[in-house]
Amino acid sequence: MFDRRLIEHFDWGFLAVILLVGACGLVILYSAVSAGWQGSGLHYLFEKQMIWMGAGLVVVLGILLIDFRELDKLNLVIYAVCVGLLVSIFFFGQAGGGSRRWLSLGVANIQPSELMKISLIISLSSLYATTVSPEGLNFRNLLKPAVLCMIPVALIVIQPDLGTGLLLLLIAGSITLFVKVEKKVVLTLGSILICIVPLVWFTGLKAYQKERILTFLDPGRDPLGTGYHIIQSKIAIGSGMITGKGFLQGTQNALSFLPEQHTDFILSVLAEEWGLAGCTVLLVLYFLLLLWGLNIAYNCRNMFGSILAFGITSMVFWQIFINVSMVMGLMPVVGVPLPLVSYGGSSVITNMMGFGILLNISMRKFSSA
Amino acid sequence: MNSMRELNKNADKDWIKQRIMMATLCILVVFVLLFLRLVYLQLIKGEEFRRLSETNCVRIKSIKQSRGLIFDRNKALLVDNRPSFDLVIVLEDAAPVPDTVSLLSSLIQAPYADLMDNIQKAGNTASYKPVILKKDISRDQLAVVEAHKFDLPGIQIEIEPTRHYIYPKTASHLLGYLGEVNRKELESGQYPHVKSGDSIGRYGVEKSFEPFLQGRRGGRQVEVDVNGRVVKVLKTVAPASGNDLHLTLDLSLQQVAEEMLSDKEGAVVAIDPSNGDVLVMASSPAFDQNDFIGGISSKKWGRLMDNPGHPMTNKAIQAEYPPASTYKTLTAIAALEEKVIDRHTTTFCPGYYVFGKRRYHCWSRYGHGKLSVEAAIAQSCDVFFYQAGEKVGVDALAQYARGCGLGRTTGIALAHERPGLIPTSSWKRRRFQERWHAGETLSISIGQGFNLVTPLQMAIFTAAVANGGTLYRPRIVKTITDTNGNVVKTIEPEITGGIPAGKDTLNIVKKGLLDVVQGDRGTARAIRIKGIEMAGKTGTAQVFSRKTGEKFDNETLAKKLQDHAWFVCYAPEQNPVIAISVIIEHGEHGSSAAAPVAGALVKKYLGLPEPETREETSEQG
Repeated sequence: MFDRRLIEHFDWGFLAVILLVGACGLVILYSAVSAGWQGSGLHYLFEKQMIWMGAGLVVVLGILLIDFRELDKLNLVIYAVCVGLLVSIFFFGQAGGGSRRWLSLGVANIQPSELMKISLIISLSSLYATTVSPEGLNFRNLLKPAVLCMIPVALIVIQPDLGTGLLLLLIAGSITLFVKVEKKVVLTLGSILICIVPLVWFTGLKAYQKERILTFLDPGRDPLGTGYHIIQSKIAIGSGMITGKGFLQGTQNALSFLPEQHTDFILSVLAEEWGLAGCTVLLVLYFLLLLWGLNIAYNCRNMFGSILAFGITSMVFWQIFINVSMVMGLMPVVGVPLPLVSYGGSSVITNMMGFGILLNISMRKFSSA
Repeated sequence: MNSMRELNKNADKDWIKQRIMMATLCILVVFVLLFLRLVYLQLIKGEEFRRLSETNCVRIKSIKQSRGLIFDRNKALLVDNRPSFDLVIVLEDAAPVPDTVSLLSSLIQAPYADLMDNIQKAGNTASYKPVILKKDISRDQLAVVEAHKFDLPGIQIEIEPTRHYIYPKTASHLLGYLGEVNRKELESGQYPHVKSGDSIGRYGVEKSFEPFLQGRRGGRQVEVDVNGRVVKVLKTVAPASGNDLHLTLDLSLQQVAEEMLSDKEGAVVAIDPSNGDVLVMASSPAFDQNDFIGGISSKKWGRLMDNPGHPMTNKAIQAEYPPASTYKTLTAIAALEEKVIDRHTTTFCPGYYVFGKRRYHCWSRYGHGKLSVEAAIAQSCDVFFYQAGEKVGVDALAQYARGCGLGRTTGIALAHERPGLIPTSSWKRRRFQERWHAGETLSISIGQGFNLVTPLQMAIFTAAVANGGTLYRPRIVKTITDTNGNVVKTIEPEITGGIPAGKDTLNIVKKGLLDVVQGDRGTARAIRIKGIEMAGKTGTAQVFSRKTGEKFDNETLAKKLQDHAWFVCYAPEQNPVIAISVIIEHGEHGSSAAAPVAGALVKKYLGLPEPETREETSEQG
C-alpha cells in the first residue's frame, strides 16, 4: 500500500530546514530559561519543550501516512469537530490569564483555537479548489467562505483571544486574495470597512474599551506596563549590536527585565546574545522555509494541494511577521508566538502539523488525480 | 470537477505561477523591512542601547493619582486623601535581602515573616522594581527608618495619597469604602487604569461613582546612575486626579440623625420633596470606613460580621419591614380613588371587627367610636381600614401600592437595593400554591401580613404625598466637578411616576396626616413643634403575632421580639421642604421611639431653637 516512490520523492531538504529552525529555537530557549535557574540539570521548561518537539515529529510522521487528498474529502468533518471543541470550551474549558482557551485531556491541555487554524485552511482550500476562476471570485463565491471563517473567529474572539482571532482572519484573507478576487469586490469591501470602523468607534464602544484599543495601538500611553516591555525589548535587541554578547551572556535576559522572555519575547534573547548575525541567520532560515512552502504550492498538480500549501505557508508567515514586528516595537503587543522557537506545546504541535501537511503534499505532488 | 481541472492544466499552471510570484515578492519585501529594522536597532542605535543595558539603568516610577473628593450639599468636605508612607524594597539594591529585612523588622517592630511574605507575594517581579513591604507606616516607624537610612540599602519610602474619611462612621453606608482590586476585576478590562495593589470603590457612592472618582495613574521611565539617582527622564505621563462628587446629603442633619440612632438599630431617610434629593441616609449600627483602608484585618471584619445589628447592611435600602400603620395612607388613597368611601363616609369602631368567624381587633381595645377617614388616619383606627381595604380588595390595593413606588426598587444609585414586597392573589398562588384568603386582605390593609417595604421607599412615597403626587428617583449626587471646579456632569432630578390619585383624594389624606401631629387626638401629637405645622403617620410593625386578648409585659419580652417602630412625616405642611422616614427596630411604638427622631430632624433643618421636650407619650400607633 505504501508506494516506494513516496520515499524517493520525500523532501529531505525541507525537513532539514525545519529541524534547523527547531534546533536554533532550542538553543535560544535554553538561554532564555537558564538565566537564574537554581535547579540541577536542565530547566524543566526546556525539557518539556524537547518533549513537545519530539511529539511534533511523531505528528509529522503520522500525517505523512495519509494522502493529503483525504483531507479534501474529510474537510467538513474536521471543521465540525474543531468548532465543536471550541464550543465545548465554554462548558469544560479551563480559564487562564483572563480567558478560557484550554481543554484538558488529562495528560496535556489542548488549545482548540490552534487546531482551528489548520482546519480552516483545509476547509477554505477545499472550497476554493472548486470555485477558482481566472477572473477571480465574485460576491456570491465569497459568501460560503465568509460563513466558514466567521463562526470560529467569533468563538475565539469571545474567549477572549483577540490575537488568534485576528490571525485566523489574516490567514483566511491571504488565501482568498491568493486565489484572486474580482477587483470591484475588493474595492467595495474595502470601502465598506473604511465606513464601518469610525461608526463602531463612535457609537459601539465603551470608554474603557476605546482606551484599551488606544493603548494597544500606542503602548506609550501606558509607560508602566506594555510601553515598558517594549522599551526593554528594544534595549535588549539593540544592545546585541553586530555579534551579540555571547551565549548565556545577555544581561537584560539574566535580570528578567522582560516578562515572557521564553515565549512571545524570545527573539530579544536571540538578538541580545547573538547580535545582528544571529538574527540574520534565523531570518534567512525562516525565509527559506517560506519560499520552500511556496515552491511546494507551485509544484503541486492538484488545485486543493496548491491552495492548502499556500495556506499553511501564510499561517507560518503571519506568525513570524507579527511576532518579530511586535518584539522590535513596530506593532502592538499581541500574544503570537514565534514558530518553533517560542516555548509552548500548542504552538509547536500546530506548526508541526502544518509542516507535516507540506511534506505530505511535496512527496505526493506527482500523483495528481 | 477534477477532470475539468486536468483540461485546464496549462492555464492553471500559469495562474498559479503568477500568484506564487506575487506572494514571494510580498514575503521578500516584509523580510527586508524586518532586517532593516534590526539594522536600525542593532547598528545605528546599538551603542546607546548597549550603554543602557550595561548599567541596567532604566527604572519605572509610578505616580499615583488622587481620588476625587466628596462634599456634602453645603460644600462641607466629607472624604479626602491624606499622605500615606509606604515602605518599599528594591531587591536588587537590598542584597542580602534577609539581613536587610530582619534589621528592618526589628527597627519597626513588624514580624519578619509578614515582610518576607509581601516579597514572596510580589512573585517574579523584576529585581529593579519596588515591592511594597508595609503600607501606611506610623510617624514613629517613619522616623526610625529615616534615622537608619544608611543601614537599610534598597529600602525606600514612597508617599502615596490614601483615602481619608473625615467623619468616621458618618454616612458610612452611603459613602461606602474601598478595597483592593482583585485579579478577576483586573482581567475583566473594566478598570483600564487600575493596577494590582490599587483600591477601588467596593460599596456605596465610592462604588457607584468609581469611574468618576478613580482618576488615572501616571508614571515615569527614568535612567538612573549607579547610586540610583535619576540622570534622565525618558518619558513621563502625568497623573490625572479623579473628579469630585457633590452630594445632596446634609452633613449636619445626617449627624443629628446618627446621634439619635446611636444606641439603637434602625434607619432614617430624609428627602427633599421638591426634587428627590437625599438629605439624610443613616443606618445603625454603622462601621468605620477608615478600617477598610489598606485591607481590613480579619479580626475587625469578623467582629462586623458577628454583630447581631448587621452593621454592614444599609438598612435604609436593604432591610425590608412590614410598613404597619404607615400603610394606612395608601389604603386610604386606594379606597377614596376606588370610591368605596368618600370624605364623609363614617364607620363605627367598637374596638374590633367581625369578619368570617374571627374577630379582628383594633389597637384600641375600647374602640374609636364613629369616625371619618381623616379621623381614622389621625387616630390610626384599624377597624376603619379593615373595612376600607376589604372593599377595595387585595389586587386593587397592590395596584395602588405599585403606583406609589412600593414593591419595586426606587432606582437610587447604590448597589444591593431591595424591592420590598407587595402581595397579590396571583403572587400567593405562585408562591404558596394557595388561594388568597379575604382575611389576609384585612391584615395588609393595615400594613401587616406579607407587605414589605424599605425605609427609602416610604420616604419617597411620603415625599410624593407632600409634593402633590410626584415620585422622584432618589438623587444622591448633584454635580460632578473636575479639580478646577468645572462641572463634568450634572445629575438632574428624575420623575419616576406619580401617585395614582386626584388632588381631592390627596387633600383628604393630607388633612388626616396633619391631624396625626397637630390634631388633639393624633397619635404623634407629642412631637408637635411650636411654629411648624407637621404632618405624619406612626406605625408599629409586629415582629410576631400576638394571640387575641393575650397580654404581654414588654419588660419581660425578649428585646428581639419587640415591635418595630415606624414614623413617616413631612414639614412644613403647607410648603413641605423635607420628608422623613424613620424605623427603629424593636423600638415598640412609632409615636414614642421613631417620631422624636423625625421631630429633631425637622427642628434642625428648619433652623428652630430647641424647645423643651415633652415626655408625654401617647398610645400605640
